[in-house]
Amino acid sequence: MHRSPALWTAAILTYLFLYLPLVIVVAYSFNDSRLNAEWVGFTWHWYRVLLQDAGMLRAAANSLFIAFVASSAATVLGTMAGIAMQRYRLRLLPIMVLSPVAMPEILLGVSLLLFFIQVLNLTLGMLSVIIAHITFCIGFVAVIVRARLVGMDESIFEAARDLGATPWQAFRHVTLPLILPAVIAGFLMSFTLSLDDFVITFFTAGVGVSTLPLQIYSMIKIAVTPEVNAVSTLLMLLTLTLLLLASRIAPDVLKGRAV
Amino acid sequence: MTRPTISRAHLVKWLVSSPPLLFLLLFFVAPGIIMVVASFRYPGEFGGLAALYSPTPNLPSGLTAEAYRFFFSDPIYAEIFVKSFAVALATTFICLLMAYPLALLMARSPKRQRDLMVLLVIMPFASNFLIRAYAWMIILGPQSALSRLTNDFLLLFHAGPVPLLFSPVAVLVGMVYVHLPFMILPLYTNLERHDPLLLDAAQDLGASAWQRFWRVTFPLSLPGIFAGSALVFIPALGVFAIPDILGGTHDMLIGNLIKEQFLGTRDWPFGSALSILLTVAALAWAGLAAGLARRWRHYA
Repeated sequence: MHRSPALWTAAILTYLFLYLPLVIVVAYSFNDSRLNAEWVGFTWHWYRVLLQDAGMLRAAANSLFIAFVASSAATVLGTMAGIAMQRYRLRLLPIMVLSPVAMPEILLGVSLLLFFIQVLNLTLGMLSVIIAHITFCIGFVAVIVRARLVGMDESIFEAARDLGATPWQAFRHVTLPLILPAVIAGFLMSFTLSLDDFVITFFTAGVGVSTLPLQIYSMIKIAVTPEVNAVSTLLMLLTLTLLLLASRIAPDVLKGRAV
Repeated sequence: MTRPTISRAHLVKWLVSSPPLLFLLLFFVAPGIIMVVASFRYPGEFGGLAALYSPTPNLPSGLTAEAYRFFFSDPIYAEIFVKSFAVALATTFICLLMAYPLALLMARSPKRQRDLMVLLVIMPFASNFLIRAYAWMIILGPQSALSRLTNDFLLLFHAGPVPLLFSPVAVLVGMVYVHLPFMILPLYTNLERHDPLLLDAAQDLGASAWQRFWRVTFPLSLPGIFAGSALVFIPALGVFAIPDILGGTHDMLIGNLIKEQFLGTRDWPFGSALSILLTVAALAWAGLAAGLARRWRHYA
């Protein structure tokens, strides 16, 4: 029963189930046919179509801008939350930080939609999407930063304070350098999540702004062409790069503990 | 001398914890409260919400439980809830069946292989879930090899062609595909921590491979199963895009119903009431899973 052939077979089938669909998406992005039905021949055509699609390019630019602003803000707030959760016995903060991550996304989406329109009287657009993304990214940063702090000896911070460092100096010269890998990993993780988010963006974007996932969704719903495969392949490459980068910087991200 | 340092420590604590706290109070807690209130209001004449205080007495204003009454007045809504629970449960169960052997193999592999195997699970997870649903649109599409093969096979038994795409089966396949990594990773983190000596001891005491699994490994892995089940079940409960993409018109789930109320018919009180009911259901489930996990940790 150690690593029996049966176990290997089941595991390999699961891996095939995970990868085969994505391989098909990527392969058909190079297929010289309008239909995603059978292999005809190799072409770059769909990538050329993609690069001439003004709507898609605008959506890509929006996605990158939103992801950058939202993950920067979420990194600052999430790092604070992670430190606060580790250092002080807080009751409310951990619940509030983790709940947006733990509940069905649609709930966060519709409650923010209501709040933006009903209470803030805000026209849905770039700003509402950015705020919504910060809300769900804070939790991921906080968890990663906290995980890094857990293994650390608190006494070095106390030593810095005893030696006359102000709280800011102690943070700047002791805490920050130590947690920096986690902070960067948290940023990259948030960037990926923001770039990838569909559900919450769908409810908070209104008609004012489009992102890559929104664009992909409307293409899938209305007219499927291999251009979708091409944009999917590029988006996959980008998120994969970011994720691998994050895991290089803070190996914890890969251990499944931060997911 | 001690007084100022204590208040200073308090100041630091406040400075560090209040910005994220205030942000989340404003953009997470407040919207939640607004939604609870909205579920007790009247729908506006042209969608949205009616005014709380209406100057003209003939327009409805104030608070009402009408949205909840409406939910229970037509069995179709309860049916959609039940169907969503059934789909989420089936998704969770299939994910568990598919994830367990892989997680077990990962946990029993040498350290160096393990990291690679985890990476191989996370990598497809890095692609957008719309792309993953779209992949199944291609595989199950009417012109796909799988569709043609299935229908040629059915023809041998003189059964008519069946569409694979836009069916409840397609929705289930898509749900499992999208949520599978959420089950594999917590299961693996649990199984990885098991002490291999326990299995050796069981073997020395004459337990067969089957007994060793059911009486040692499986009970010890229950916390991992509960954690993975919560991580699959709760998101699966609120899904709307997967039925939208892979399902037919009859495959509506709670998520689709809520989306329709906010963006289609614009009945915000009813949409809010549905969201509150979904929240209560998800919380009850999460509480149940956490409770079970805690109870089990006492035994294990």
